[in-house]
Amino acid sequence: MPVLDSFRKISRSFRDAYKGNFKFRLGFSIVLVMSILGLVLPYFSPQDPRSWYTVPKDKPPSFQYPLGTTTMGRNVFWELCASIGKSLTIALITALIASHVGLLIGLVAGIKGGTLDKLLMFLSDTFVILPQLVLLIVVITVVRAWITIPMLGAIISIVSWPWPARQVRSMVLSLRERTFVYTARLSGMNMPKVLLYELMPHLLGWHLVNFANTILFSVGTEGSLAIFGLSLLDNNTLGAMLYWAINFYALYRGLWWWISAPVVTLVLIFVSFYLISVGLSEHLHRIRR
Amino acid sequence: MEVDLEAAALEGGYLLSSMHTPSPKRHEVYVDAVSDVSLKLRRNEVFGIAGESGCGKSTLIKMLYGYLEPPLVLRGGSVKLHTKEGEEVQITSLTRKQLQKDVWWNHASYVPQSSMNVLNPTMRIRDHFAEMFKMHAGIGRKEAYAEARKYVEQVGLPMDVLSAFPHQLSGGMRQRVVIAIALLLEPDLVLADEPSSALDVINQQIVLNLLREAQEALRNTLVIVSHDMGIHGVMTHRMTVMYAGKLIEIGRTGDIFEKPIHPYTQVLIESLPKLGDKKQRTGLGGHPPDLRSPPTGCRFHPRCPYAMPKCGKEPPEIQEVKSDRYVACWRYPE
Amino acid sequence: MSGEFLLEVKDVSKIFGYGFLGRVKFPAVDHVSFSMEDEPKILTIAGESGCGKTTLSRIILGMLEPSGGVVLYKGRNVHAPKSGDKAWFSKQVQAIFQDPYDTFNPLKKTETYLYETARNLLRLKDYKEASKRIDEPLNFIGLSLDDVKNKYPNEFSGGELQRISIARALMPEPKLMVADEPVSMVDASLRMNILNMFKDLKEKGGISFVYITHDLATAYYISDEIAVMYRGVIVEMGPAEDVLIGKHHPYTKGLVEALPEYSKREEWLRKRAKPPGMEVKEFLTPYCKYSDICPNRMEKCVTERPPIYNVDKVKVACWLYDGYPVETLQE
Repeated sequence: MPVLDSFRKISRSFRDAYKGNFKFRLGFSIVLVMSILGLVLPYFSPQDPRSWYTVPKDKPPSFQYPLGTTTMGRNVFWELCASIGKSLTIALITALIASHVGLLIGLVAGIKGGTLDKLLMFLSDTFVILPQLVLLIVVITVVRAWITIPMLGAIISIVSWPWPARQVRSMVLSLRERTFVYTARLSGMNMPKVLLYELMPHLLGWHLVNFANTILFSVGTEGSLAIFGLSLLDNNTLGAMLYWAINFYALYRGLWWWISAPVVTLVLIFVSFYLISVGLSEHLHRIRR
Repeated sequence: MEVDLEAAALEGGYLLSSMHTPSPKRHEVYVDAVSDVSLKLRRNEVFGIAGESGCGKSTLIKMLYGYLEPPLVLRGGSVKLHTKEGEEVQITSLTRKQLQKDVWWNHASYVPQSSMNVLNPTMRIRDHFAEMFKMHAGIGRKEAYAEARKYVEQVGLPMDVLSAFPHQLSGGMRQRVVIAIALLLEPDLVLADEPSSALDVINQQIVLNLLREAQEALRNTLVIVSHDMGIHGVMTHRMTVMYAGKLIEIGRTGDIFEKPIHPYTQVLIESLPKLGDKKQRTGLGGHPPDLRSPPTGCRFHPRCPYAMPKCGKEPPEIQEVKSDRYVACWRYPE
Repeated sequence: MSGEFLLEVKDVSKIFGYGFLGRVKFPAVDHVSFSMEDEPKILTIAGESGCGKTTLSRIILGMLEPSGGVVLYKGRNVHAPKSGDKAWFSKQVQAIFQDPYDTFNPLKKTETYLYETARNLLRLKDYKEASKRIDEPLNFIGLSLDDVKNKYPNEFSGGELQRISIARALMPEPKLMVADEPVSMVDASLRMNILNMFKDLKEKGGISFVYITHDLATAYYISDEIAVMYRGVIVEMGPAEDVLIGKHHPYTKGLVEALPEYSKREEWLRKRAKPPGMEVKEFLTPYCKYSDICPNRMEKCVTERPPIYNVDKVKVACWLYDGYPVETLQE
């Protein structure tokens, strides 16, 4: 069965990458821990981290409250878990949309060429030139009233699709001239088949790395937007946590646990996804030879 | 006949870490590229090293030059260069620094296949010469430029080459510049590794003739590595044929072309297509062995039409079978 | 001999634009015409790198659109196929390329192309039937399906892989094979095997070849006819013997005399032809492209492009042969 075959291939490739590259192993492990913290643990949270004053406020870390509590009366630990989950969800949605839209557009532009290519690249260049943060601020300000977690993910993808589109297009342009593409055509394969079976395998590795990078980018962007107050501040995201901690002058008031928690977590997320993308790159380079 | 370069029992190859083990344990694999090679190269001769891809000839020439960049390792043997001043230089026991200071470009020059392995893309050609003069003759830039102009005229290159950057010149012109740089300090030994493979036939003729004329003028030793037997046929006085890391025949070029002895040499010579000759030719079966695990005994025996049981067990030593002709084959001497 | 032509290349040109907005026009192929009759022959297109031979081969295969002129295979236009023509072309015309390791996708098992050819060109959807059909050409080149199965291209030697690519090309039983430098990346001791195979396929299999190479010695060995190309133009064309031994065009003469060969040692060491100059300028000349470095250059050569003259059995585009009958392009 072709589906089972592909699944086996993918799991084998994953196992190879995991065993073969230390950076990938480390990064992936951290991400796994993060995912459990963010997506599994929140179901066990004794209080809803969105509600205020569920626990005594401003308490430093103790046995009862492992990461302390905030001025808004929230348990930092459970708030953190929920925030990790929501931020990762936003980032995942961004990555899913942006990397695939970019891939598709890059493929079409690279293969078709001509006017369609020029049009698509003009479009993508326009988005690249426009200052990303400004664009996001404008869009979010408009839809602020009804913005949700998935929507935020989608909005951030508006600024992250052009780069992969350009990259994929240039890779396709050079792949197109490889001899095996001629062989495939001479074997009677039509263009869509050539795209899928000949070109895609060469793009897949890069695509995964780009996916990881987009997640990284999205988490960071959500944080930046939140500082401006342009995220889902009544919900739990890492950016929102930062926003409230800053707004309540957590650092000045000595509530170091409230601000360090999201900062350290953000750094860890960055580093782990970076390790994944670099590790994967290295591994792919090695097996290419 | 004076001996210029002496290689004795050279052993060397590549130490590679296996790419295909997913586990962190690194398996190291040794590619036996040069196995028990001994050569005596004479002064005032053009010597050819022939063989197909993967036979070890490029590795051998790097070892003769002392260019041991990892994963290339020297496992045994020695290389001695006798300079025209009467010094004896043990290339295999010098450090990289010593080689760069005393030997390279000075007593021995290396002309690689790609000129861009020698030329700096950010420097003009005249600065390449200037640097060479500065390093070895200790003269200043202005003087160096003047010397370069004289020299360039001498070797027949157009004057405007000096002010150009490498990428502005054609491949053939670049290769001629590299050769000019290699010959600048009048070395005792010039090693050319496929000097014209990347060039068209006409540029090839020009480049090779430049090398030949320089050798005749300097009366030194020129070693040419090439897979193209035709080049050996026109350029070399003596030559050797390499197969799977071993020298299997050495002798005067004319003798080898007219009467090849080793079965492999015979196939190489007889399968050469010639203009004016439509006679049917045949090639060999099989393919060259994997040097990570070469065949036991004579490395050619799996493809040899004359293989005997002995051939698979013991590797034949290279022996003098006729005047100045050496062959490594159990059929000789008869 | 039938009156029909197997392949007709009529006044084909290919112009590439580059530079800002593609303004500089560069004719890689410049008004090339030749034809092959419908009987098995090996035609060599010989020339140094950059002469346009690979571009021409892509145009003949239908993989690159010409800027001018037309390519007809058995009377049908390769670039304006009618419905059903495309599939027919794929079965009739096949190709072999220079680098066996790039001919196959390094990330895919080699056999996939054999099965694709079976499925798409021979309509054999059944795995077992396809396998049987694939074994034949593999046996011809000295291998079997079991030798080839489940292996990636890097698990084969260069010679083996090239032979497998030949087997794949032979599967649909083509009548014309375009071979672009098929042996230049193969070891010298194995070249003859592949070239002999081509000769065999011509004599016993009735397949015609367009053999593209810079190596005149191998060209002489297998060709019936040779066309010498320089900077996008065919400068000389005719039976192999007459072109390479006759050396009518000064460029052909220069090429042949630059070939290093033991028996011609003395002459080779004395010859000194001028090398071709920096590419682009020479491609754009409206007069004879070879005139810049031609030892026989005359007044006329730098004012007008020479026509094609019929000299003995050979066609030469050179003013030296002014006075001989001129070749006219058939419609």
